Amino acid sequence: MRQKISEYIIESAIKLSGFVIIGFVILIFLFLLKDALSLFGTYSAGKFLFGTNWLPISEPPKFGMIPLLLGSIYVTFGAILICVPLGVATALFIAEVAPRSIKQILKSLVEILASIPSVVLGFIGIIWLGPFLKTTFGLTTGMCGLTGSLLLAFMALPTIISISEDALVSVPRTFKEAAYGLGATKWQTMWRVMLPAASSGIIAGVMLGIGRVIGETMVVLMVTGNAPVMPTSILQPLRTLTATIAGEMGETVSGSEHYYALFTVGLVLFIITFMINFGADLSLRKARQ
Amino acid sequence: MKKFILITMIVPLFLAGCDGDTDPNGPNGFIQIKGSDTIVNAEQMVAENFIKIYPHIAIAVTGGGTGVGIASLINKNCQIAGASREMKSKEINTANKYGVHPFETVVAFDGVAVIVNLNNPIDKLTIDDLHNIYTGKIKNWKDLGGKDIAFVLLSREVSSGTHTYFKEQVIQLGKKTSKEEFLPGTLLLSSSQAIVEEVVSNEGAIGYLGMGYVSGRTKSLMLDKGKGYFSPTVPNVISKQYPLSRPLYFYTDGDPNNLTKLFVDYALSEQGQQCFKSSGFVPLKDNATENK
Repeated sequence: MRQKISEYIIESAIKLSGFVIIGFVILIFLFLLKDALSLFGTYSAGKFLFGTNWLPISEPPKFGMIPLLLGSIYVTFGAILICVPLGVATALFIAEVAPRSIKQILKSLVEILASIPSVVLGFIGIIWLGPFLKTTFGLTTGMCGLTGSLLLAFMALPTIISISEDALVSVPRTFKEAAYGLGATKWQTMWRVMLPAASSGIIAGVMLGIGRVIGETMVVLMVTGNAPVMPTSILQPLRTLTATIAGEMGETVSGSEHYYALFTVGLVLFIITFMINFGADLSLRKARQ
Repeated sequence: MKKFILITMIVPLFLAGCDGDTDPNGPNGFIQIKGSDTIVNAEQMVAENFIKIYPHIAIAVTGGGTGVGIASLINKNCQIAGASREMKSKEINTANKYGVHPFETVVAFDGVAVIVNLNNPIDKLTIDDLHNIYTGKIKNWKDLGGKDIAFVLLSREVSSGTHTYFKEQVIQLGKKTSKEEFLPGTLLLSSSQAIVEEVVSNEGAIGYLGMGYVSGRTKSLMLDKGKGYFSPTVPNVISKQYPLSRPLYFYTDGDPNNLTKLFVDYALSEQGQQCFKSSGFVPLKDNATENK
Protein backbone atom coordinates (compact mmCIF):
# COMPACT_ATOMS: atom_id res chain seq x y z
CA MET A 1 0.00 0.00 0.00
CA ARG A 2 2.72 2.42 1.05
CA GLN A 3 4.66 1.54 -2.07
CA LYS A 4 1.60 2.30 -4.17
CA ILE A 5 1.25 5.76 -2.63
CA SER A 6 4.91 6.65 -3.22
CA GLU A 7 4.63 5.33 -6.77
CA TYR A 8 1.63 7.56 -7.27
CA ILE A 9 3.39 10.63 -5.88
CA ILE A 10 6.48 10.12 -8.03
CA GLU A 11 4.37 9.48 -11.08
CA SER A 12 2.34 12.66 -10.61
CA ALA A 13 5.50 14.68 -9.97
CA ILE A 14 6.97 13.53 -13.26
CA LYS A 15 3.67 14.14 -15.03
CA LEU A 16 3.51 17.63 -13.52
CA SER A 17 7.01 18.56 -14.72
CA GLY A 18 6.06 17.41 -18.20
CA PHE A 19 2.98 19.61 -18.21
CA VAL A 20 4.93 22.58 -16.79
CA ILE A 21 7.33 22.43 -19.74
CA ILE A 22 4.46 22.29 -22.23
CA GLY A 23 2.84 25.18 -20.36
CA PHE A 24 6.04 27.24 -20.66
CA VAL A 25 6.22 26.71 -24.40
CA ILE A 26 2.60 27.69 -24.85
CA LEU A 27 3.02 30.77 -22.63
CA ILE A 28 6.11 31.89 -24.54
CA PHE A 29 4.25 31.45 -27.80
CA LEU A 30 1.19 33.38 -26.58
CA PHE A 31 3.36 36.19 -25.19
CA LEU A 32 5.21 36.43 -28.49
CA LEU A 33 1.97 36.31 -30.45
CA LYS A 34 0.32 39.06 -28.38
CA ASP A 35 3.17 41.55 -28.80
CA ALA A 36 3.86 40.53 -32.39
CA LEU A 37 0.29 40.99 -33.56
CA SER A 38 0.09 44.39 -31.83
CA LEU A 39 2.28 45.70 -34.65
CA PHE A 40 -0.45 45.14 -37.19
CA GLY A 41 -2.74 47.56 -35.36
CA THR A 42 -0.63 50.45 -36.66
CA TYR A 43 1.44 48.91 -39.44
CA SER A 44 0.11 46.91 -42.37
CA ALA A 45 0.93 43.21 -42.42
CA GLY A 46 1.54 43.29 -46.16
CA LYS A 47 4.19 46.00 -45.81
CA PHE A 48 5.88 44.01 -43.03
CA LEU A 49 5.87 40.70 -44.85
CA PHE A 50 6.76 41.96 -48.31
CA GLY A 51 8.53 45.29 -47.67
CA THR A 52 12.10 45.51 -48.87
CA ASN A 53 13.30 48.34 -46.61
CA TRP A 54 14.18 47.99 -42.93
CA LEU A 55 14.43 51.59 -41.67
CA PRO A 56 13.26 51.47 -38.06
CA ILE A 57 14.22 55.00 -36.97
CA SER A 58 13.20 56.94 -40.07
CA GLU A 59 10.13 59.15 -40.34
CA PRO A 60 7.89 57.33 -41.07
CA PRO A 61 9.64 54.08 -40.09
CA LYS A 62 9.66 51.15 -42.50
CA PHE A 63 9.62 47.61 -41.18
CA GLY A 64 10.04 45.52 -44.34
CA MET A 65 11.14 42.05 -43.28
CA ILE A 66 12.33 40.70 -46.65
CA PRO A 67 16.00 41.86 -46.47
CA LEU A 68 16.34 40.33 -42.99
CA LEU A 69 14.62 37.09 -43.98
CA LEU A 70 16.78 36.79 -47.08
CA GLY A 71 19.86 37.57 -44.98
CA SER A 72 19.00 34.71 -42.64
CA ILE A 73 18.25 32.38 -45.55
CA TYR A 74 21.51 33.20 -47.36
CA VAL A 75 23.65 32.67 -44.28
CA THR A 76 21.79 29.49 -43.30
CA PHE A 77 21.91 28.05 -46.81
CA GLY A 78 25.64 28.76 -47.05
CA ALA A 79 26.19 27.04 -43.72
CA ILE A 80 24.15 24.00 -44.84
CA LEU A 81 26.19 23.64 -48.02
CA ILE A 82 29.33 23.46 -45.90
CA CYS A 83 28.25 21.53 -42.83
CA VAL A 84 25.98 18.83 -44.26
CA PRO A 85 28.51 17.05 -46.52
CA LEU A 86 31.26 17.54 -43.96
CA GLY A 87 29.10 16.39 -41.07
CA VAL A 88 27.68 13.31 -42.77
CA ALA A 89 31.10 12.30 -44.08
CA THR A 90 32.61 12.64 -40.61
CA ALA A 91 29.77 10.58 -39.14
CA LEU A 92 30.39 7.85 -41.75
CA PHE A 93 34.08 7.89 -40.97
CA ILE A 94 33.52 7.61 -37.23
CA ALA A 95 30.83 4.95 -37.51
CA GLU A 96 32.24 2.78 -40.30
CA VAL A 97 35.85 3.43 -41.17
CA ALA A 98 37.88 4.67 -38.20
CA PRO A 99 39.64 2.18 -35.95
CA ARG A 100 38.43 2.06 -32.37
CA SER A 101 41.15 4.30 -30.88
CA ILE A 102 40.71 7.10 -33.42
CA LYS A 103 36.95 6.78 -33.07
CA GLN A 104 37.11 7.62 -29.35
CA ILE A 105 39.39 10.61 -29.90
CA LEU A 106 37.24 11.97 -32.72
CA LYS A 107 34.06 11.64 -30.73
CA SER A 108 35.44 13.59 -27.80
CA LEU A 109 36.87 16.23 -30.15
CA VAL A 110 33.44 16.71 -31.69
CA GLU A 111 32.04 17.19 -28.20
CA ILE A 112 34.68 19.83 -27.49
CA LEU A 113 33.68 21.59 -30.71
CA ALA A 114 30.13 21.79 -29.38
CA SER A 115 31.29 23.50 -26.21
CA ILE A 116 33.03 26.49 -27.83
CA PRO A 117 31.00 29.58 -26.87
CA SER A 118 29.58 31.38 -29.90
CA VAL A 119 31.10 34.70 -28.86
CA VAL A 120 34.55 33.10 -29.10
CA LEU A 121 33.79 31.95 -32.64
CA GLY A 122 32.60 35.47 -33.45
CA PHE A 123 35.84 36.87 -32.14
CA ILE A 124 37.84 34.46 -34.31
CA GLY A 125 35.68 35.59 -37.21
CA ILE A 126 36.46 39.28 -36.69
CA ILE A 127 40.16 38.90 -35.99
CA TRP A 128 41.16 36.10 -38.31
CA LEU A 129 38.55 34.56 -40.64
CA GLY A 130 37.09 37.84 -41.96
CA PRO A 131 40.44 39.37 -43.00
CA PHE A 132 41.52 35.96 -44.40
CA LEU A 133 38.42 35.66 -46.61
CA LYS A 134 38.80 39.29 -47.66
CA THR A 135 42.28 38.75 -49.08
CA THR A 136 41.54 35.23 -50.43
CA PHE A 137 38.43 36.20 -52.40
CA GLY A 138 39.40 39.84 -53.03
CA LEU A 139 36.30 41.10 -51.21
CA THR A 140 35.69 44.70 -50.25
CA THR A 141 35.23 43.65 -46.63
CA GLY A 142 35.58 40.46 -44.59
CA MET A 143 32.35 41.22 -42.73
CA CYS A 144 30.06 39.27 -45.03
CA GLY A 145 27.61 36.40 -45.24
CA LEU A 146 30.28 33.81 -46.03
CA THR A 147 32.20 34.51 -42.81
CA GLY A 148 28.97 33.96 -40.89
CA SER A 149 28.13 30.80 -42.86
CA LEU A 150 31.52 29.23 -42.18
CA LEU A 151 31.35 29.88 -38.44
CA LEU A 152 27.74 28.73 -38.22
CA ALA A 153 28.65 25.55 -40.10
CA PHE A 154 31.17 24.92 -37.34
CA MET A 155 28.46 25.35 -34.73
CA ALA A 156 26.07 22.96 -36.47
CA LEU A 157 28.66 20.23 -37.11
CA PRO A 158 28.59 18.59 -33.64
CA THR A 159 24.79 18.18 -33.76
CA ILE A 160 24.85 16.72 -37.25
CA ILE A 161 27.79 14.40 -36.55
CA SER A 162 26.49 13.01 -33.25
CA ILE A 163 22.94 12.31 -34.44
CA SER A 164 24.03 10.92 -37.82
CA GLU A 165 26.59 8.70 -36.17
CA ASP A 166 23.96 7.37 -33.76
CA ALA A 167 21.68 6.63 -36.70
CA LEU A 168 24.43 4.81 -38.59
CA VAL A 169 25.44 2.73 -35.58
CA SER A 170 21.85 1.64 -34.97
CA VAL A 171 21.43 0.21 -38.49
CA PRO A 172 21.05 -3.58 -37.91
CA ARG A 173 24.26 -5.58 -38.47
CA THR A 174 22.40 -7.93 -40.79
CA PHE A 175 22.09 -5.17 -43.42
CA LYS A 176 25.83 -4.86 -43.66
CA GLU A 177 26.40 -8.61 -43.57
CA ALA A 178 23.88 -9.11 -46.38
CA ALA A 179 25.63 -6.45 -48.48
CA TYR A 180 29.03 -8.01 -47.97
CA GLY A 181 27.53 -11.41 -48.67
CA LEU A 182 26.38 -10.16 -52.05
CA GLY A 183 29.95 -9.11 -52.79
CA ALA A 184 29.56 -5.35 -52.25
CA THR A 185 32.72 -3.37 -51.47
CA LYS A 186 33.03 -1.34 -48.28
CA TRP A 187 32.28 1.90 -50.13
CA GLN A 188 29.27 0.38 -51.94
CA THR A 189 27.93 -0.86 -48.62
CA MET A 190 28.30 2.53 -46.99
CA TRP A 191 26.87 4.50 -49.88
CA ARG A 192 24.08 2.16 -51.05
CA VAL A 193 23.09 0.42 -47.80
CA MET A 194 24.13 2.22 -44.64
CA LEU A 195 23.31 5.78 -45.70
CA PRO A 196 19.80 5.00 -47.04
CA ALA A 197 19.04 2.83 -44.01
CA ALA A 198 20.07 5.61 -41.62
CA SER A 199 18.64 8.43 -43.75
CA SER A 200 15.78 9.39 -41.42
CA GLY A 201 18.13 9.82 -38.48
CA ILE A 202 20.62 11.73 -40.62
CA ILE A 203 17.89 14.05 -41.92
CA ALA A 204 16.78 14.67 -38.34
CA GLY A 205 20.36 15.56 -37.36
CA VAL A 206 20.71 17.89 -40.31
CA MET A 207 17.45 19.64 -39.52
CA LEU A 208 18.34 20.12 -35.85
CA GLY A 209 21.67 21.53 -37.03
CA ILE A 210 19.84 23.95 -39.34
CA GLY A 211 17.57 24.95 -36.46
CA ARG A 212 20.65 25.86 -34.47
CA VAL A 213 22.15 27.83 -37.38
CA ILE A 214 19.09 29.93 -38.11
CA GLY A 215 18.58 30.84 -34.46
CA GLU A 216 22.22 31.71 -33.75
CA THR A 217 22.69 35.37 -32.91
CA MET A 218 26.04 36.37 -31.49
CA VAL A 219 28.21 35.14 -34.34
CA VAL A 220 26.13 36.77 -37.08
CA LEU A 221 25.83 40.01 -35.13
CA MET A 222 29.60 40.15 -34.85
CA VAL A 223 30.76 39.09 -38.31
CA THR A 224 28.15 39.65 -41.03
CA GLY A 225 28.30 43.47 -41.11
CA ASN A 226 24.55 43.84 -40.44
CA ALA A 227 23.78 45.86 -43.57
CA PRO A 228 19.99 45.78 -44.08
CA VAL A 229 20.40 45.38 -47.84
CA MET A 230 18.53 43.07 -50.22
CA PRO A 231 21.31 40.47 -50.51
CA THR A 232 22.32 39.29 -53.97
CA SER A 233 25.39 37.31 -52.96
CA ILE A 234 26.72 35.56 -49.90
CA LEU A 235 29.97 37.49 -50.35
CA GLN A 236 28.39 40.80 -49.32
CA PRO A 237 27.46 42.17 -45.89
CA LEU A 238 23.94 41.26 -44.83
CA ARG A 239 21.66 41.42 -41.81
CA THR A 240 19.86 38.47 -40.28
CA LEU A 241 16.59 38.27 -38.31
CA THR A 242 18.40 37.36 -35.10
CA ALA A 243 21.04 40.09 -35.35
CA THR A 244 18.30 42.65 -35.91
CA ILE A 245 16.52 41.71 -32.71
CA ALA A 246 19.74 41.64 -30.69
CA GLY A 247 21.09 44.84 -32.20
CA GLU A 248 17.95 46.93 -31.82
CA MET A 249 16.02 45.61 -28.83
CA GLY A 250 18.01 47.62 -26.32
CA GLU A 251 16.94 50.97 -27.74
CA THR A 252 13.24 50.38 -28.10
CA VAL A 253 10.73 51.75 -25.64
CA SER A 254 8.42 48.95 -24.56
CA GLY A 255 5.09 49.42 -26.30
CA SER A 256 6.46 51.36 -29.26
CA GLU A 257 5.93 50.33 -32.88
CA HIS A 258 9.60 49.40 -33.24
CA TYR A 259 9.34 47.18 -30.14
CA TYR A 260 6.35 45.33 -31.58
CA ALA A 261 8.08 45.03 -34.96
CA LEU A 262 11.02 43.25 -33.30
CA PHE A 263 8.61 40.88 -31.58
CA THR A 264 7.03 40.15 -34.95
CA VAL A 265 10.49 39.35 -36.31
CA GLY A 266 10.87 37.05 -33.30
CA LEU A 267 7.57 35.36 -34.13
CA VAL A 268 8.70 34.75 -37.72
CA LEU A 269 11.90 33.21 -36.39
CA PHE A 270 9.95 31.09 -33.90
CA ILE A 271 7.67 29.77 -36.65
CA ILE A 272 10.65 28.91 -38.88
CA THR A 273 12.55 27.03 -36.16
CA PHE A 274 9.36 25.36 -34.98
CA MET A 275 8.70 24.01 -38.47
CA ILE A 276 12.29 22.80 -38.81
CA ASN A 277 12.22 21.05 -35.43
CA PHE A 278 8.83 19.56 -36.23
CA GLY A 279 10.23 18.19 -39.50
CA ALA A 280 13.21 16.74 -37.62
CA ASP A 281 10.86 15.12 -35.12
CA LEU A 282 8.74 13.51 -37.83
CA SER A 283 11.89 12.21 -39.45
CA LEU A 284 13.22 10.78 -36.17
CA ARG A 285 9.89 9.06 -35.51
CA LYS A 286 10.01 7.50 -38.94
CA ALA A 287 13.54 6.32 -38.16
CA ARG A 288 12.37 4.53 -35.01
CA GLN A 289 9.64 2.58 -36.79
CA MET B 1 22.35 41.28 -25.34
CA LYS B 2 25.37 43.12 -26.70
CA LYS B 3 27.34 42.05 -23.67
CA PHE B 4 30.57 42.10 -25.54
CA ILE B 5 30.48 45.85 -26.12
CA LEU B 6 29.02 46.98 -22.86
CA ILE B 7 31.54 48.56 -20.65
CA THR B 8 30.18 47.99 -17.22
CA MET B 9 31.69 49.20 -14.06
CA ILE B 10 30.12 48.57 -10.75
CA VAL B 11 31.81 50.20 -7.87
CA PRO B 12 31.31 47.97 -4.88
CA LEU B 13 30.01 49.25 -1.62
CA PHE B 14 31.97 46.91 0.60
CA LEU B 15 34.90 49.29 0.90
CA ALA B 16 32.69 51.80 2.62
CA GLY B 17 32.29 49.80 5.81
CA CYS B 18 35.98 49.52 6.61
CA ASP B 19 36.92 53.07 5.78
CA GLY B 20 37.15 54.94 9.08
CA ASP B 21 37.72 58.38 7.60
CA THR B 22 34.44 58.79 5.81
CA ASP B 23 31.21 59.91 7.37
CA PRO B 24 28.90 56.91 7.68
CA ASN B 25 25.97 59.29 7.48
CA GLY B 26 27.12 60.69 4.12
CA PRO B 27 24.95 60.31 1.05
CA ASN B 28 24.50 56.70 0.01
CA GLY B 29 22.58 54.84 -2.63
CA PHE B 30 22.83 53.60 -6.19
CA ILE B 31 22.98 55.42 -9.52
CA GLN B 32 22.52 53.64 -12.83
CA ILE B 33 23.91 55.49 -15.86
CA LYS B 34 23.18 54.16 -19.34
CA GLY B 35 23.42 55.35 -22.88
CA SER B 36 25.78 56.75 -25.45
CA ASP B 37 28.87 54.70 -26.22
CA THR B 38 30.51 57.95 -27.28
CA ILE B 39 30.77 59.25 -23.73
CA VAL B 40 30.71 56.01 -21.77
CA ASN B 41 34.46 56.08 -21.09
CA ALA B 42 34.31 59.67 -19.87
CA GLU B 43 31.30 58.85 -17.66
CA GLN B 44 33.24 55.98 -16.19
CA MET B 45 36.16 58.23 -15.34
CA VAL B 46 33.83 60.80 -13.76
CA ALA B 47 32.21 58.00 -11.74
CA GLU B 48 35.57 56.67 -10.54
CA ASN B 49 36.55 60.09 -9.21
CA PHE B 50 33.07 60.74 -7.84
CA ILE B 51 33.09 57.70 -5.57
CA LYS B 52 36.41 58.76 -4.08
CA ILE B 53 34.48 61.68 -2.60
CA TYR B 54 31.23 59.80 -1.92
CA PRO B 55 32.28 56.24 -1.07
CA HIS B 56 28.76 55.28 0.05
CA ILE B 57 27.30 55.74 -3.43
CA ALA B 58 27.50 52.87 -5.90
CA ILE B 59 27.46 53.73 -9.59
CA ALA B 60 26.95 51.45 -12.60
CA VAL B 61 27.96 52.84 -15.99
CA THR B 62 26.75 51.02 -19.10
CA GLY B 63 26.95 51.84 -22.81
CA GLY B 64 24.84 50.44 -25.63
CA GLY B 65 23.98 53.62 -27.49
CA THR B 66 22.00 56.81 -26.91
CA GLY B 67 18.77 55.05 -27.92
CA VAL B 68 19.40 52.42 -25.27
CA GLY B 69 19.92 55.09 -22.60
CA ILE B 70 16.79 57.02 -23.54
CA ALA B 71 14.69 53.85 -23.69
CA SER B 72 16.04 52.88 -20.26
CA LEU B 73 15.21 56.31 -18.85
CA ILE B 74 11.65 55.98 -20.15
CA ASN B 75 11.39 52.39 -18.88
CA LYS B 76 12.79 53.67 -15.54
CA ASN B 77 15.79 51.34 -15.71
CA CYS B 78 18.33 54.11 -15.20
CA GLN B 79 18.54 57.47 -13.47
CA ILE B 80 20.85 59.20 -15.92
CA ALA B 81 20.89 58.67 -19.68
CA GLY B 82 24.03 59.73 -21.51
CA ALA B 83 23.21 61.05 -24.98
CA SER B 84 25.19 62.15 -28.01
CA ARG B 85 22.13 63.78 -29.59
CA GLU B 86 19.08 65.72 -28.42
CA MET B 87 15.99 63.76 -27.53
CA LYS B 88 13.46 63.77 -30.36
CA SER B 89 10.06 65.32 -29.69
CA LYS B 90 8.54 61.90 -30.32
CA GLU B 91 10.70 60.41 -27.58
CA ILE B 92 9.77 63.21 -25.18
CA ASN B 93 6.07 62.57 -25.87
CA THR B 94 6.53 58.86 -25.19
CA ALA B 95 8.44 59.67 -22.00
CA ASN B 96 5.65 61.97 -20.79
CA LYS B 97 3.14 59.20 -21.46
CA TYR B 98 5.15 56.95 -19.13
CA GLY B 99 5.29 59.70 -16.49
CA VAL B 100 8.92 60.58 -17.15
CA HIS B 101 9.86 64.21 -17.75
CA PRO B 102 13.31 64.35 -19.34
CA PHE B 103 15.57 67.15 -18.18
CA GLU B 104 18.51 68.05 -20.38
CA THR B 105 21.99 69.03 -19.17
CA VAL B 106 24.80 69.75 -21.61
CA VAL B 107 27.95 68.18 -20.16
CA ALA B 108 30.59 68.60 -22.89
CA PHE B 109 31.14 69.15 -26.59
CA ASP B 110 32.32 66.69 -29.19
CA GLY B 111 33.31 66.53 -32.82
CA VAL B 112 32.29 63.59 -34.99
CA ALA B 113 35.48 62.49 -36.71
CA VAL B 114 35.40 60.80 -40.12
CA ILE B 115 38.15 58.19 -40.24
CA VAL B 116 39.87 56.25 -43.02
CA ASN B 117 42.74 53.79 -43.31
CA LEU B 118 46.26 55.22 -42.85
CA ASN B 119 47.17 54.13 -46.41
CA ASN B 120 44.32 56.11 -47.94
CA PRO B 121 45.78 59.12 -49.80
CA ILE B 122 42.62 61.22 -49.29
CA ASP B 123 43.06 63.82 -46.52
CA LYS B 124 39.99 66.01 -46.79
CA LEU B 125 36.39 65.93 -47.95
CA THR B 126 33.48 68.32 -48.19
CA ILE B 127 30.25 67.48 -46.44
CA ASP B 128 28.70 67.06 -49.89
CA ASP B 129 31.36 64.48 -50.81
CA LEU B 130 30.57 62.66 -47.59
CA HIS B 131 26.86 62.84 -48.39
CA ASN B 132 27.48 61.39 -51.85
CA ILE B 133 29.63 58.61 -50.42
CA TYR B 134 27.12 57.51 -47.77
CA THR B 135 24.06 57.74 -50.02
CA GLY B 136 25.74 55.74 -52.80
CA LYS B 137 25.92 58.53 -55.39
CA ILE B 138 29.60 57.73 -55.83
CA LYS B 139 31.02 54.25 -55.34
CA ASN B 140 34.80 54.37 -55.58
CA TRP B 141 37.67 56.27 -53.98
CA LYS B 142 39.02 57.08 -57.44
CA ASP B 143 35.98 59.35 -58.02
CA LEU B 144 37.56 61.56 -55.34
CA GLY B 145 41.08 61.24 -56.72
CA GLY B 146 42.07 58.31 -54.52
CA LYS B 147 42.96 54.69 -55.24
CA ASP B 148 40.73 52.43 -57.33
CA ILE B 149 39.00 50.78 -54.36
CA ALA B 150 35.26 50.63 -53.69
CA PHE B 151 33.99 52.36 -50.55
CA VAL B 152 33.21 50.18 -47.57
CA LEU B 153 30.72 52.29 -45.62
CA LEU B 154 30.77 51.83 -41.87
CA SER B 155 28.15 53.13 -39.50
CA ARG B 156 26.97 52.51 -35.97
CA GLU B 157 23.76 50.62 -35.24
CA VAL B 158 20.50 52.60 -35.25
CA SER B 159 20.60 52.72 -31.44
CA SER B 160 23.60 55.05 -31.61
CA GLY B 161 23.14 58.79 -31.15
CA THR B 162 26.09 59.37 -33.43
CA HIS B 163 24.22 57.40 -36.14
CA THR B 164 21.22 59.71 -35.79
CA TYR B 165 23.39 62.84 -35.69
CA PHE B 166 25.33 61.77 -38.78
CA LYS B 167 22.10 60.92 -40.59
CA GLU B 168 20.62 64.34 -39.87
CA GLN B 169 23.75 66.34 -40.69
CA VAL B 170 25.27 64.37 -43.58
CA ILE B 171 22.71 62.03 -45.12
CA GLN B 172 19.90 64.57 -44.93
CA LEU B 173 22.23 67.62 -44.92
CA GLY B 174 20.36 69.17 -42.01
CA LYS B 175 17.07 69.38 -43.92
CA LYS B 176 14.16 68.19 -41.81
CA THR B 177 12.10 67.36 -44.90
CA SER B 178 14.80 65.19 -46.48
CA LYS B 179 13.84 61.54 -46.96
CA GLU B 180 17.36 60.36 -47.83
CA GLU B 181 18.71 57.31 -46.07
CA PHE B 182 22.03 55.56 -45.58
CA LEU B 183 22.85 53.33 -48.58
CA PRO B 184 21.31 49.96 -47.60
CA GLY B 185 24.71 48.29 -48.04
CA THR B 186 26.17 50.34 -45.17
CA LEU B 187 27.61 48.06 -42.49
CA LEU B 188 25.96 48.70 -39.14
CA LEU B 189 28.51 47.83 -36.47
CA SER B 190 27.66 47.48 -32.84
CA SER B 191 30.45 49.55 -31.33
CA SER B 192 32.80 52.44 -32.12
CA GLN B 193 35.72 50.10 -31.46
CA ALA B 194 34.47 47.70 -34.17
CA ILE B 195 34.52 50.62 -36.62
CA VAL B 196 38.12 51.43 -35.68
CA GLU B 197 39.17 47.78 -36.13
CA GLU B 198 37.59 47.52 -39.58
CA VAL B 199 39.12 50.83 -40.73
CA VAL B 200 42.55 49.73 -39.51
CA SER B 201 42.38 46.51 -41.55
CA ASN B 202 40.50 47.75 -44.63
CA GLU B 203 41.90 50.28 -47.11
CA GLY B 204 38.51 51.00 -48.65
CA ALA B 205 36.72 51.62 -45.36
CA ILE B 206 35.30 54.93 -44.17
CA GLY B 207 33.63 55.36 -40.80
CA TYR B 208 32.62 58.00 -38.28
CA LEU B 209 32.81 58.20 -34.50
CA GLY B 210 33.14 60.55 -31.56
CA MET B 211 36.49 62.36 -31.21
CA GLY B 212 37.18 60.45 -28.01
CA TYR B 213 37.79 57.26 -30.02
CA VAL B 214 40.29 58.75 -32.46
CA SER B 215 43.75 57.22 -32.24
CA GLY B 216 46.92 57.12 -34.30
CA ARG B 217 45.85 53.85 -35.95
CA THR B 218 43.43 55.63 -38.26
CA LYS B 219 43.41 58.92 -40.15
CA SER B 220 40.82 61.60 -39.36
CA LEU B 221 39.75 63.59 -42.42
CA MET B 222 39.51 67.36 -42.59
CA LEU B 223 35.96 68.42 -43.42
CA ASP B 224 34.53 71.46 -45.16
CA LYS B 225 31.04 72.86 -45.09
CA GLY B 226 31.67 76.01 -47.11
CA LYS B 227 34.07 77.63 -44.61
CA GLY B 228 37.26 75.81 -45.54
CA TYR B 229 38.74 72.53 -44.32
CA PHE B 230 39.08 71.89 -40.58
CA SER B 231 40.35 68.91 -38.60
CA PRO B 232 38.41 67.49 -35.67
CA THR B 233 40.53 69.15 -32.98
CA VAL B 234 39.55 70.74 -29.70
CA PRO B 235 40.10 74.36 -30.86
CA ASN B 236 38.11 73.75 -34.06
CA VAL B 237 35.22 72.24 -32.14
CA ILE B 238 35.30 75.12 -29.63
CA SER B 239 35.18 77.67 -32.42
CA LYS B 240 32.47 75.55 -34.14
CA GLN B 241 34.46 75.75 -37.37
CA TYR B 242 34.62 71.96 -37.60
CA PRO B 243 31.34 71.12 -39.37
CA LEU B 244 30.35 68.10 -37.29
CA SER B 245 30.45 69.62 -33.80
CA ARG B 246 27.77 68.78 -31.29
CA PRO B 247 26.94 68.92 -27.59
CA LEU B 248 26.78 65.83 -25.38
CA TYR B 249 23.97 65.50 -22.85
CA PHE B 250 22.86 63.92 -19.61
CA TYR B 251 19.13 63.33 -19.36
CA THR B 252 17.43 62.85 -16.01
CA ASP B 253 13.79 62.40 -14.99
CA GLY B 254 12.85 65.92 -13.97
CA ASP B 255 15.44 68.32 -12.50
CA PRO B 256 18.33 66.31 -11.13
CA ASN B 257 17.75 65.77 -7.42
CA ASN B 258 19.51 64.13 -4.51
CA LEU B 259 21.97 61.59 -5.87
CA THR B 260 21.60 62.46 -9.54
CA LYS B 261 22.06 66.17 -8.74
CA LEU B 262 25.19 65.34 -6.81
CA PHE B 263 26.54 63.41 -9.79
CA VAL B 264 25.50 65.86 -12.52
CA ASP B 265 26.95 68.76 -10.49
CA TYR B 266 30.17 66.82 -10.08
CA ALA B 267 30.31 66.16 -13.84
CA LEU B 268 29.96 69.91 -14.42
CA SER B 269 32.58 70.78 -11.79
CA GLU B 270 36.19 71.44 -12.69
CA GLN B 271 37.28 67.87 -11.79
CA GLY B 272 34.37 66.36 -13.74
CA GLN B 273 35.09 68.47 -16.80
CA GLN B 274 38.73 67.45 -16.58
CA CYS B 275 37.61 63.82 -17.09
CA PHE B 276 35.78 64.75 -20.29
CA LYS B 277 38.83 66.64 -21.46
CA SER B 278 41.22 63.76 -20.88
CA SER B 279 38.79 61.41 -22.69
CA GLY B 280 39.21 63.53 -25.80
CA PHE B 281 36.13 65.74 -25.52
CA VAL B 282 35.80 69.49 -25.22
CA PRO B 283 34.85 70.74 -21.74
CA LEU B 284 32.11 73.37 -21.36
CA LYS B 285 34.40 75.99 -19.80
CA ASP B 286 36.75 76.24 -22.77
CA ASN B 287 33.77 76.63 -24.96
CA ALA B 288 32.23 79.36 -22.80
CA THR B 289 35.42 81.45 -22.65
CA GLU B 290 35.84 81.24 -26.39
CA ASN B 291 32.29 82.40 -27.01
CA LYS B 292 32.59 85.50 -24.81
